[in-house]
Amino acid sequence: MKYYLGIDLGSTTTKAIALDEHQNVLGRGITNSRSDYDVACQVSLGEALTNTKFSLISTELERAGAGNVDVLLEKIELAFRKHQYLHQLEVLRDHLHRSRERTTDIEIPAEAVDWITRQMASEATLLFAEGASRKSDFFRDLAGSRYLHLSEEVSTEMGTSYDRIVGLFDRAILSVEKDPKASGSFDENISAALEESTDLPTMVGVAVAAANSQELEQISSVGTGYGRARLPFDEAQIRSEILCHGLGAHSMFPGTRTVLDIGGQDTKAIQVDDRGIVTSFQMNDRCAAGCGRYLGYIADEMNIGVHELGAIASQSKRPARINSTCTVFAGAELRERLSLGEKREDILAGLHRAIILRAMSLLARSGGISNQFTFTGGVAKNPEAVKALNRLTLENYGELKLNISDDSIYTGAKGAALFALRDAQRRSA
Amino acid sequence: MGNSPEGTAVQKDRSQERQKQMIADHFTRLSKAEDLGEKCVYTFVPGNLTELLLSFDIAPVLPEINALQSGMRGKSREYISTAEKLGHSEDVCTYVKCDLGMMKSGNVGPTGERLPPPGLLLLSYTGCFTFLKWFEILKQEYDCPVSMLHVPYQGEGRVTDSMREYVVKQLKEKVIPSLEKLTGKAYDEDRLKELLARSARAEDDLVHVLESAKHRPSPIDAYFGGVYYIGPIFTAFRGTEDAVEYYKELRSEVDERVRLGKGPVTPDGELDKERFRIVVEGPPNWTHFREFWKMFSDEGAVVVASTYTKVGGVYDYGFRHDPDRPLESLAEYCMGCYTNLNIPSRIQMLNRYMKEYEADGLLINSVKSCNSFSAGQLLILREVEKATGRPGGFVESDLVDPRYFSAANIKNRLESYFQMIEQKRGGGA
Repeated sequence: MKYYLGIDLGSTTTKAIALDEHQNVLGRGITNSRSDYDVACQVSLGEALTNTKFSLISTELERAGAGNVDVLLEKIELAFRKHQYLHQLEVLRDHLHRSRERTTDIEIPAEAVDWITRQMASEATLLFAEGASRKSDFFRDLAGSRYLHLSEEVSTEMGTSYDRIVGLFDRAILSVEKDPKASGSFDENISAALEESTDLPTMVGVAVAAANSQELEQISSVGTGYGRARLPFDEAQIRSEILCHGLGAHSMFPGTRTVLDIGGQDTKAIQVDDRGIVTSFQMNDRCAAGCGRYLGYIADEMNIGVHELGAIASQSKRPARINSTCTVFAGAELRERLSLGEKREDILAGLHRAIILRAMSLLARSGGISNQFTFTGGVAKNPEAVKALNRLTLENYGELKLNISDDSIYTGAKGAALFALRDAQRRSA
Repeated sequence: MGNSPEGTAVQKDRSQERQKQMIADHFTRLSKAEDLGEKCVYTFVPGNLTELLLSFDIAPVLPEINALQSGMRGKSREYISTAEKLGHSEDVCTYVKCDLGMMKSGNVGPTGERLPPPGLLLLSYTGCFTFLKWFEILKQEYDCPVSMLHVPYQGEGRVTDSMREYVVKQLKEKVIPSLEKLTGKAYDEDRLKELLARSARAEDDLVHVLESAKHRPSPIDAYFGGVYYIGPIFTAFRGTEDAVEYYKELRSEVDERVRLGKGPVTPDGELDKERFRIVVEGPPNWTHFREFWKMFSDEGAVVVASTYTKVGGVYDYGFRHDPDRPLESLAEYCMGCYTNLNIPSRIQMLNRYMKEYEADGLLINSVKSCNSFSAGQLLILREVEKATGRPGGFVESDLVDPRYFSAANIKNRLESYFQMIEQKRGGGA
């Protein structure tokens, strides 16, 4: 099967989209961006291709007349993810030992590492059980949170320094992340998943085999995003993220005329025409105040997950007026207000409004907001940010249609994949 | 620089070498001025009265030029920080702070030689309100007289008879007497006329050089290269035989490039392929001048016209210094500088450049610390986009404060902008 690849190398995450020749999304992949951009690309591509294979499995199951395709697919995918996790865990254990052997000043017993990783492996089934909640899909986050917890236990029992044990993880996880093979091959993991899922009907195995027999052939690729200059791509295969976000948003919502993208360290306001061609844009300059990282910093200050921020803020009845969009000042303001007894949800709602106000200024500079208005990037997943945007849009520009796709984080990658498809079509024309 | 067999690089070098020598000689003269009893006057570029000063054998010193030279030589960070230590805020014009810092660090000019203190501060006050405060500070520092020429702003977009009479009256009653007092010499109008006649000859050649950019490919870059071309005529050399010779030579070099169908010479060699023809509004950034230029030349973008090269005189609209009307033409020169034009006139000029130079778009480099330039620039951008249908781009930096040049951000915006032009051209491909 032929596919056209788009990769968006962002400051926080790297996203990949594989399209077929009819512009349908075959697969999506996401990973945390890391020091090694090549690996981030490989991993996100690997994830997108895995995702593509699951789409193919789904098609095969439907073709075979399975009545409960979603249920079957979820089951096999969870088992697959578990085996990926176990594979990564084994690689992690090796690196922990290597790192431990290099630590000469204070001895950390080998049993400590073995005990922690054994415990983590034994928890894998629960972690990937149906309906289990996982705060992140990234191995670093999943493994990191359990490792920290288990390190506490082990340091108390064995009398080993907690900081030292945690230090091992910090070094080892980088090595795991730099190893694109750490999560094992698709074949290995799907075979292991099928083997253990004895309750699945045989048609699943048949569908997997049929999907797996289809070779995936990359026809063209385009890279974009903040780190695009470091992508292992030719210059001709690199497009500006402005163009990719514009086209990506247009493909998701063809009525789009204005796009707002709030990513990790960029905020972009883009105007597009009826073909998705960018006519004007503005970006934050010199300073990343009011971008996604702002929310990450606030979440860290409050010791909660970034995904929990919006939910807490939406309980607010009287949002605080926060004036500063400087991330550091906002952190100070947050602590001061908390110490004065203001409600956490009110302060958080105020912070969300502050970042959207900054986005409104960029939007105004790019030419305002026209119908339809599409909001993309990681922050578009935050309900409180969306609420603030809706309110400020209504106040300033009147009633408009605000589009947010479930795939909003993939907008840039999708635009890039569309450019890859167009490049290939032009070459063959 | 390209060493082409046709020898154009050698020709190019000749005018450049000549300019370098002129500047070196001038600064040597300044360094000896105190010992030789020569009088020096500090004055500004827009609306400078160089011919009048030279007619009194006065050596002009231009603090703006010294500041931008300090920026190019990597000294401005240190000078700005010296000025900030003295209490000048971060938001003050960075030319002012750089100049003050240089003065406080021994007043060593761009060629490494000491600059003389001023005998007079000639405030020919055109378009920039900060000039007033700048010399107010210098007056305290040097304890010397200030002669202020109030130049009426072209609020209505034209120069009236009464405006001209008002400036001539000040020249006669204030400026000339102050120069007579400083030098002990009487005003010599015949000498002034000789100087003005030479100015007009050099001005003809400068216009010819700037308008050569109407050719395809353009033989010059009218912004990055342009700032070198305006050097002599905007500063201490207008009216001199040296300037006449310089522009004659430059003109023949440029004509030769046109004849050979060559593009401009950039710091990284000859530009082979002209992909984008751009009009630029706003001053350049001096601290990263080459890096900024390279961001254009790497993309095959050539600046075919710029407004910055009109801050020391708008000659391509027909104005020439006129020996038959010496003081009247000096008055008209002061009032006609780009910084003294109102916003509708600036828009009109940009529209005209877009059309006459067949430009693909207008790019604004908005400078943080120069409100004279920056106020209204977004409005200008929208108006030009509307009138010409060509896309506008916007980047932000500063004159000489390196802290406000975010290379990754500017490169990102420029690349996006050039790709946007390309996309519009190709109808979305």
